[in-house]
Amino acid sequence: MAFTTNHHQLVPKHTKLSEAEKAKLFEQYVVSIRDLPKILKTDPAVAKLSLKSGDIVKIERESKTAGVSFYYRGVIDG
Amino acid sequence: MKKEHEEFIDSYQDKLSAAILEEVKQSVPADITKEKLHKIMDLTLDAYMLARVNAGECVGLVSAESIGEPGTQMTLNTFHFAGVSEMNVTTGLPRIIEIFDAQKEIKTPMMEVYLKASQNSLDNIKKFALKIKETLLGELVEEYALNIFEQTLRVVLNKALLKEYDLSTKELVKLFKTKSKGFTLDVEENQLIFVHKGKPEEIKELYNLKEKIRSVKIKGLKGIKQVLPVKRGEEYVCLTSGTNLKDVLEFAEVDAERTTCNDINEVYHVLGVEAARQAIINEVYKVIEAQGLNIDIRHIMLVADIMCATGVLKGITRYGVVSEKASVLARASFETPIKHLINAALEGEVDHLTSVVENVMINQPVPLGTGLPGLVTKMK
Repeated sequence: MAFTTNHHQLVPKHTKLSEAEKAKLFEQYVVSIRDLPKILKTDPAVAKLSLKSGDIVKIERESKTAGVSFYYRGVIDG
Repeated sequence: MKKEHEEFIDSYQDKLSAAILEEVKQSVPADITKEKLHKIMDLTLDAYMLARVNAGECVGLVSAESIGEPGTQMTLNTFHFAGVSEMNVTTGLPRIIEIFDAQKEIKTPMMEVYLKASQNSLDNIKKFALKIKETLLGELVEEYALNIFEQTLRVVLNKALLKEYDLSTKELVKLFKTKSKGFTLDVEENQLIFVHKGKPEEIKELYNLKEKIRSVKIKGLKGIKQVLPVKRGEEYVCLTSGTNLKDVLEFAEVDAERTTCNDINEVYHVLGVEAARQAIINEVYKVIEAQGLNIDIRHIMLVADIMCATGVLKGITRYGVVSEKASVLARASFETPIKHLINAALEGEVDHLTSVVENVMINQPVPLGTGLPGLVTKMK
């Protein structure tokens, strides 16, 4: 039986941003993709999302201090 | 609470954190008027804005001090308890260093394996423990007998252990067929007999064979040296010494949601960067709590974020996050200064003096707090 990482309690929800959402994100935080933290294309948690470099992944972390917090990572080859 | 009120509170989603919104919802009386609720939200937002960290605040330095000071009070050594049934775990400062350096080989790798609720019984956990424990042939052997004249190696196995592990000598024969080239293999009740095909007068080859078959894995998962089933509240949990997260998650009876290991690098490879970040926070916090110290979790979150920012797990070492720094002087100020300066000189590196350490070195104001903003003049 193959397990999927998506259900593990340590792995928060990863979703791919659409182009519109990307533009909104860049405008809201006044950043470009270079300024964002990175995630490898080959990362086990995003293996199912079929990403390419230049995409952005939205991560919904459960945080002890903020309840839910959103984090964004730019996808890079690796 | 009225629906429109709830919707109004939710409209602050972009400005306030989910935890705060939830708290407001819980503490506001149900029959509140619209005006009062608006005022409450305005005041909450004001208070939140005031509590935020200012731009230019040196959060990293504050974290370093906040973790460093309690660190001086931590246990400096790991103690070894003789005869205690719980396994010995690295704690205190050595463990913290291990995590923050993202060391590849940690001193006490461990896993906590949970079984699915439907499978959770004393019998199952015992069976499971035997199933995953790495068993080498050497553990089952009662006696080796080498006969030079007949060129045979006779391996006598312990009957009771064979039964416990649910193995038969026939199954073992299959395993050893490929491992014992140049020998023929016979079976006698609980004995394995290897006979050399040629007739050399030496004992060397027999002896080599004995050493070789001793460390052949016959059951279980690679790397799992010890398994200890324990009862936690209502359910049974397997603690293992030695880790193999990837293979253990594949078992059908294992609860793949909660099963974790304490090796950050392994978590990174099996579950990804985000899981590694969470594992760093959990593991560091566990140590701090066990030592009776109190460090705000946000400091640890910051360190964990930095370690995982590049998408690859990097330790706080000269090979890890420090090597990423843009400034030569900043790198040189950490460790091995000569090496960094020589390499930078050879490559003709330019230091733009944009960060803190290099400015401290050359006696200039650092870009922090009031030193951060620059002046822009309008030229006519």
